Amino acid sequence: MTVLAIRNLAKAYGGVQAVRDVSFVVAAGELLAMIGPNGAGKTTCFNMLNGQVTPDAGSVEFEGRSLLGLTPRQIWRLGVGRTFQITATFGSMTVRENVQMALLSHHRRLWSLTALATRSYADDADALLARVGMREQADRPCAVLAYGDLKRVELAVALANRPRLLLMDEPTAGMAPRERNELMQLAAELARSGGIAVLFTEHDMDVVFTHADRVIVLSGGELIAAGRPDAVRADARVREVYLGTGDA
Amino acid sequence: MGSVPFFFMSASSILIQFLNGLASASSLFLVAAGLSLIFGVTRIVNFAHGSLFMLGMYLAVALAPMLGFWWSVPLAALAVAAFGALVEATLLRRLYAAPELLQLLATFALVLVIKDFTLWAWGPEDLLGPRAPGMDGAVRIAGLRYPEYDLFLIGFGPLVLGALWFLLRRTRWGTLVRAATQDREMAGALGVNQRWLFTSVFALGALLAGLGGAVQIPREPATLFIDLQIISDAFVVVVVGGLGSIPGAFLAALLIAEIKSFCIGLGYSKITLVVEFIVMAVVLVIRPWGLLGRMPAQSRGPGTVELPLAFPTRKALAALGGMAMMLALVPLLSAGYTLVLLTDILVFALFAVSLHFIMGPGGLHSFGHAAYFGLGAYGAGLLLLKGGLPMELALALAPLLAVCGALVFGWFCVRLSGVYLAMLTLAFAQITWSVMFQWDAFTGGSNGLIGIWPSSWLSSKTAYYYLTLATCVGAIALLWRVLHAPFGYALRAGRDSPLRADAIGIDVRAQQWAAFVFAGLFAGLAGALFAFSKGSISPEALAVPRSVDGLVMVLLGGIQTLTGPVWGAALLTWLQDAVSRGIDYWRAVMGAIVLVLVLVFPQGVTGFLRERFAR
Amino acid sequence: MLEVSGLDAAYGRARILFDVSFEAHAGQVAVLLGRNGAGKSTTLKCIIGLVRPRSGEIRFDGRPIQHLQPYQIARLGVGYVPEDRRIFTDLTVMENLEIGRQPPREGAPRWTPAKLFELFPNLGRMQDRLGARMSGGEQQMLTIARTLMGNPRAILLDEPSEGLAPVIVEQMARTIRELKAQGLTVLLCEQNLHFARLVADRAYVIEKGQLRRSGTLDEVREEYQQV
Ligand SMILES: Nc1ncnc2c1ncn2[C@@H]1O[C@H](COP(=O)(O)OP(=O)(O)OP(=O)(O)O)[C@@H](O)[C@H]1O
Ligand SMILES: Nc1ncnc2c1ncn2[C@@H]1O[C@H](COP(=O)(O)OP(=O)(O)OP(=O)(O)O)[C@@H](O)[C@H]1O
Ligand SMILES: [Mg+2]
Ligand SMILES: [Mg+2]
Repeated sequence: MTVLAIRNLAKAYGGVQAVRDVSFVVAAGELLAMIGPNGAGKTTCFNMLNGQVTPDAGSVEFEGRSLLGLTPRQIWRLGVGRTFQITATFGSMTVRENVQMALLSHHRRLWSLTALATRSYADDADALLARVGMREQADRPCAVLAYGDLKRVELAVALANRPRLLLMDEPTAGMAPRERNELMQLAAELARSGGIAVLFTEHDMDVVFTHADRVIVLSGGELIAAGRPDAVRADARVREVYLGTGDA
Repeated sequence: MGSVPFFFMSASSILIQFLNGLASASSLFLVAAGLSLIFGVTRIVNFAHGSLFMLGMYLAVALAPMLGFWWSVPLAALAVAAFGALVEATLLRRLYAAPELLQLLATFALVLVIKDFTLWAWGPEDLLGPRAPGMDGAVRIAGLRYPEYDLFLIGFGPLVLGALWFLLRRTRWGTLVRAATQDREMAGALGVNQRWLFTSVFALGALLAGLGGAVQIPREPATLFIDLQIISDAFVVVVVGGLGSIPGAFLAALLIAEIKSFCIGLGYSKITLVVEFIVMAVVLVIRPWGLLGRMPAQSRGPGTVELPLAFPTRKALAALGGMAMMLALVPLLSAGYTLVLLTDILVFALFAVSLHFIMGPGGLHSFGHAAYFGLGAYGAGLLLLKGGLPMELALALAPLLAVCGALVFGWFCVRLSGVYLAMLTLAFAQITWSVMFQWDAFTGGSNGLIGIWPSSWLSSKTAYYYLTLATCVGAIALLWRVLHAPFGYALRAGRDSPLRADAIGIDVRAQQWAAFVFAGLFAGLAGALFAFSKGSISPEALAVPRSVDGLVMVLLGGIQTLTGPVWGAALLTWLQDAVSRGIDYWRAVMGAIVLVLVLVFPQGVTGFLRERFAR
Repeated sequence: MLEVSGLDAAYGRARILFDVSFEAHAGQVAVLLGRNGAGKSTTLKCIIGLVRPRSGEIRFDGRPIQHLQPYQIARLGVGYVPEDRRIFTDLTVMENLEIGRQPPREGAPRWTPAKLFELFPNLGRMQDRLGARMSGGEQQMLTIARTLMGNPRAILLDEPSEGLAPVIVEQMARTIRELKAQGLTVLLCEQNLHFARLVADRAYVIEKGQLRRSGTLDEVREEYQQV
């Protein structure tokens, strides 16, 4: 089942054509990796999917519904979770409170004047944190976390509204190899068991080729290859612009 | 002078007004450019900038008889620059790591000290400056006489603009300054001596202020009131032009000076008082980052990170309850003056807590919170006197006037952030003030309203004290409680990371707007209580000094704590009461006390205590 | 060249580093390996002076530097590349490079923008672009280039390969090897063994703020994968 369908997406910043004529689909239960050289337009694509950037042309459909013109807030409410390339968390709150905020928002309790925020959905938050391996640090303020840990907090936050589409921009950047694999394994599990569609970008080829079901390659804003990981890995053009020779 | 419709002005007098505007714009631009520069790099909202201008003026007037006018101008400017460097190196430098806005408090204290210094050194009389030798004549323009010196000024502004632009855009120093604006720590790690850089920026900013003052002396007398007048003009110019944009400041200075010049020329005295604020409000509503400003990049300073908010322990709750009980017992021990002072303290505590509500957790720095206090106070007075309502009803309904104000003003304000937001709140407050100040028939104009007394059962000091105590304690507890509720957390979320908040479905603007209104409601309640405790109100209730008092209370107490504003309010109200009675130079004394407090307790008094005694 | 001994560091009450000692030699690449939150970045921040150590000594070229300000340390020829990029987004690429510029230094390779653009061709194509308008990886390149503009004798790299395309990472490995051939001291924080393998001479495993093991990369590899 197709969860996300992108057609002929394009975006220019001033004179820079960041994305041109990109089309692809993501199916439920699938991990799709988007790779490509720096500046290829990956983040720009992501930002167009979740409403931060308005495309110049093309369409974005989530479960058959167009996302164009919706704000990030509305898109989240439809069931799209995301993590950022440069992490964004609430620094003056603890890790648990960060997740609680997402849960409160999911349950539409943000306007409550009477509940106690710290006591709302604490168990749910802990369960999510346990899944990403941040349970022990639940009481630390986000402002003091190490970089890799923040990434996991973001994932827990993104999972809070039971998304059907998960967008992860370089989710494992700054993590140790074992944790990378754990995190992506978790994402894969979520995808398989929960039927979540996962779209992620990554520069770590181990992660990409171990975990992705399919890979699409952007270069200079254009889609230059798509297919199963092995096929993409063998593609000469992809080797040239992105993968390199492997014999530094 | 009656007002003249524009089309009745002769072409030549239009030209003269236009030239007058240009000449005033030059001096205004100098001050504003300095302010913008200082803010850009150090993130300090320098309240004392107008005072530096004033110093420049007085110094030039004092030096002129000895050295002649043309020497006195640059020397006065240099002296002010040296003073600025000294202030930065000895005072402000210690505060860069303190929570945001604390430096503002320090510069505010400087305003008080400098004012009293000037009073002491040069006396209370206005001082007339000399003419500029060689430029003391007039030229004929379109048949009217126009001072030569003003022509010189018209050329001087663009000259300085060019020099500054070159300095900032074309020299290494300028590039360093712009980098440090954004991330001073990183600039340091790359080998940039940012201490020196900051001192030099502050000195240059002060130089411009001093110069702006000094070149004005042939045109207007040096007075003790010029500092606040200039600072508000300069703020407006900086914000209208766009923070950090020197060409923007120039453009805005032209705009504001021209509009003012024509308002004066046409005799629209009523609107002259606030015209700049109206212009600012309009510009900000249309262009949220000013005429030539860009959306500011996230800047990171070394400021302290706020700790997570902990729900008060049983012990803390018991202590707070105990204190409320003790306050309830005070009337048994003493009556009279203590009760009056305590009533004031309670009212201001509520005012400060309501300001902190939006400023701390909300991150909405309001420089015009007095508007809602004043609207509550006037609401009470008007409902009682003009509406004929009983006092109890007037008290209950008065805050709704503040709510109306907050609904309208807040809607615009939450579309902005940072200093832009602060200035727009200030603009709205000034506009409200000027309405109250000038609407003689309805609000009593500058005299205000009298005879606003509580009902007879509340007329004794003790009874009114109990009413105030119960209302304020209840309201403060409510405000605090809301901060622990999801609503309060969502507010903090929007402050910490708007990007993330938006991405998890928090409607940041709507929440901020609601918070703004909520805070307005309680500020209004404080205002209404205040009106009935004094029996009268005047426009002072919503003038700038009252807003500044609110800021001082919040910052002095500690913006990163909940109880801070209460202690800040108590401390400031008590200090003002104790110091202002019977001391000649009470402003300087106040300023010195605030400076010491700021240096000793950069986290605010409560923040200090928490740090000291936590765990 | 760079010696750290008995380093203790804390943020407020939270102690982060415990008695960390190691050294990095001229013409060599030393790698600090460690998981998230182990204290790698904190160690680098102590060296460049952004975090004041509680105790311990840091010597550069035989001279203690732990009391100096960051800018003084940088002017001695220590370059620092932070993990979170921290480019100046309001400045153009060229202006960012200008901030990093320091006079040529005895015994250190001399960098010019032209040379750096050879290393990072992406940057050469966007010299007047504002930092805010660059992709994450482009910003990462700029961070490294900016630090090299200071002609450092020692360079602290905090996970420099993060967010860079494999081709660029390979290229950077080549550059680092070139730098060390020119006598530079390189201290690298990494979690990515691939990259570390390409350049490391000596490796230190750090765990929960303590140094666990040192040796060649192969010697410590097992230990690291277990932590
Ligand atoms: N606001 C902007 N204005 C102008 N150009 C921009 C802007 N944001 C990005 N670009 C340019 O658009 C192109 C695509 O950027 P994007 O961030 O999408 O790349 P990316 O594929 O995510 O790269 P990376 O892997 O380095 O993160 C880049 O060349 C970048 O310089
Ligand atoms: N400003 C800070 N205040 C308090 N604690 C901090 C601060 N910065 C980092 N820490 C804590 O110090 C510890 C070490 O952090 P550091 O950034 O040095 O780790 P790291 O090894 O670089 O991890 P990563 O690989 O994720 O970057 C972490 O537990 C982190 O939470
Ligand atoms: Mg990207
Ligand atoms: Mg790190």
